[in-house]
Amino acid sequence: MNKIKVALLLCLLASGMSLVACGGGSTAEPTPAPTAAPAQEQVAEEPVEAPAQAADTCSETVEIEWWHISTAEAEQAYWQSKADEFIAENPCVKINITVLENEAFKSRLTTVMQSGQPPDLFQSWGGGVLWAYADAGLLKDISPALRGDWQDSVAAKAALDLYSKDGAYYGVPWQWGAVGMYYNKDLFEQAGLDPENPPKTWSEFLDTVQTLKDAGITPITVGEGDKWPGHFWWVYLAIRNGGEDAFLKAFTREGSFTDAPFVKAGEDLLELINMEPFPEGALGFSYGDSASAFGNGEAAMELMGQWHQSVQRSNSESGEGVANLGWFPFPMVEGGAGNASDVLGGGDGIAVGKDAPEEAVAFLRFLTLPENQIQALNDVGFGPPTMVGTESAITDPIQRAIVEARNNAAYFQLYYDQFLPPAVGGAVNDAVEQLFAGVITPAQLAQQIEDSAAMELGN
Amino acid sequence: MDETRMLTGTASRIQANTDKRRAQWNKTVLIVACLLPGFVLLTTFLLIPIAQAMYYSTYNWNGLGPLDNFIGLDNYRRAFSEPVFRGAIKHSFIIMGLSLLIQLPLAMTLALILVRGQLRFQRFFRTIFFLPYVFSEIVAAYIWLYVYNPRGGLLNRFLEIFNPAYAGTAWLTDLDTVLVAIFVVLTWKFFGFHMLLYMAGLQNISREVEDSARVAGANEYQVLRFVTLPMMRDTIALTVFLSILGSFQQFIVVWILTGGGPAFRSELIVTYLYKFGIQRMQLGYGSALAVILFAMTLLFSIGYQRLVLHRTMAD
Repeated sequence: MNKIKVALLLCLLASGMSLVACGGGSTAEPTPAPTAAPAQEQVAEEPVEAPAQAADTCSETVEIEWWHISTAEAEQAYWQSKADEFIAENPCVKINITVLENEAFKSRLTTVMQSGQPPDLFQSWGGGVLWAYADAGLLKDISPALRGDWQDSVAAKAALDLYSKDGAYYGVPWQWGAVGMYYNKDLFEQAGLDPENPPKTWSEFLDTVQTLKDAGITPITVGEGDKWPGHFWWVYLAIRNGGEDAFLKAFTREGSFTDAPFVKAGEDLLELINMEPFPEGALGFSYGDSASAFGNGEAAMELMGQWHQSVQRSNSESGEGVANLGWFPFPMVEGGAGNASDVLGGGDGIAVGKDAPEEAVAFLRFLTLPENQIQALNDVGFGPPTMVGTESAITDPIQRAIVEARNNAAYFQLYYDQFLPPAVGGAVNDAVEQLFAGVITPAQLAQQIEDSAAMELGN
Repeated sequence: MDETRMLTGTASRIQANTDKRRAQWNKTVLIVACLLPGFVLLTTFLLIPIAQAMYYSTYNWNGLGPLDNFIGLDNYRRAFSEPVFRGAIKHSFIIMGLSLLIQLPLAMTLALILVRGQLRFQRFFRTIFFLPYVFSEIVAAYIWLYVYNPRGGLLNRFLEIFNPAYAGTAWLTDLDTVLVAIFVVLTWKFFGFHMLLYMAGLQNISREVEDSARVAGANEYQVLRFVTLPMMRDTIALTVFLSILGSFQQFIVVWILTGGGPAFRSELIVTYLYKFGIQRMQLGYGSALAVILFAMTLLFSIGYQRLVLHRTMAD
């Protein structure tokens, strides 16, 4: 009997412990969601607390959870200083900033979204991914606050629309630009090319690539291991070949992604790939690897967004980047239906989660104030700002060229992998990667995207 | 007298019965109490999620909002008609085959050398060989990223010693080498574990049995083939089992090294599941994939236990 009682007690103890062990999770801090590459993840929880004496007068502290992906030190410090300034004026607010590396951010956000608990403010590129969250009721409609002065002060209207669905607004863009060709003027000169006269058409561009190759210079670098850098190439060619019309038809399912311009885009790209203009192993480069190859002067060109200038600098061995950096718009494809001024681009914005307090919206508005954007641009090196009255502050010639391209675009297309539903965006990236790897044909590339689009967008 | 005896007899019988019943009751309580925590954990964290996955797998669902698009078995049909998924299954089988043919024999050889060979630094080598298994898979994968790096990675530098003109290979992005490169990392990571199991198995075999075979005129190969290995049957069966399950469930190393790329050439079942189910926000499809993986591993486990492990136990 005694033995049994002892055993019973032990059992209870064991069961109690195991229950406590699993119950403990709910009382403890939420464990971080699993991410694709935990070792790459940079998580910095930096709760900013209002000064103690001020907090005493608050009946209740409002907490704002904010996730951003500006991992560079100066950028982190800038956001922190803005949070501090806001808290100084609103002592009852506490802002918890979580800084995440890009890829880690994406996987972690997906997880919290599926559990229905978005952060109050978070990085968003707008478009299809954001719209999926909006449809599921995970975002807060900020149009009551936005309508009027705030909305009128947004210069990048096309960008703002990407944060809106069915008349409701879920976020605001704060830096917005265009994808274009960065090039190393010294290497152009070395190959006997005129550095001030970059190629304007696709055939001129292919000639340029050949000239660089003949001079023993790697013409182009691309971070195809991350896939999205390669998708820029195919999408830009699709934009040049088919224009807005072809894309809208395919998107609204009036047409299809197997239509001629999309196949032609693959053929054009394949022609380039067959010239072997990329460094050995580019298929496995991350964007960071590629940016450092460009920054070190190991390749002459890289097709990239507005942030590339600072990234190639910080990723280069010298820390200086390319000495004579140039930028030109993506070349026009002869006979294409698009305009030479059509732009593929995108940028960063901040979206608002469904449970965000009013203070979070006020803080977002504070972040988009023109004077804060100008400071971010000039003191920190962020990309082209989005608000009225900031354009004149842009002094860097490349950034100016990007903003001009953005503002003058007859048709502005957001990156496909953000604009389209996540599954289709993923299919675009994977299909283009397979073209780079030489395992599929341009027609198969178009078909893979179409298959996914038919499933997600309807037939 | 008789009556009293009878009465006491009845009383003691009743007493014995109650005691028995109480003991029975206590036993039941004990069993229930001991089983309950395990049962609760198993149900909440295993059975319910599996049932949920089966339920989700019949919907086209992006993981957000209500389940309102019932599509029956379409997700399963799609999985088996998807060349990328079929490729992922194929790659998982290749990794499995290579593990059984190369990794386990390697582990066995090293175990034999360490236990039966008259080695001087036995413990030192044992530690060295086991070391990779102690690293987490993430650490192992990152170490090998440096080894394989096409821009001055260790492997290419090493090959340059023998051939100064060697231009270097991008091991992880070459479509032909990527799967083998990954297999090398997995072998490096896991052979030490299997080796340790074999060493333990070998230490259980009495030397006298082997010696008597030698006395009877068997040569070293015959001793190994007809005495040592048959006696290791249990251990070998276990490592084969673990190795096969491990190949099906491998994720971390592949994810860090290649993410399943380039062009899906190193996609395994679980990386495919993560990419197409989670990243592309197709939770319904992802659930179907998970159910398929679950069914595969379950059937394999049951079959293997019945056919192989069971027989070993019975021997």
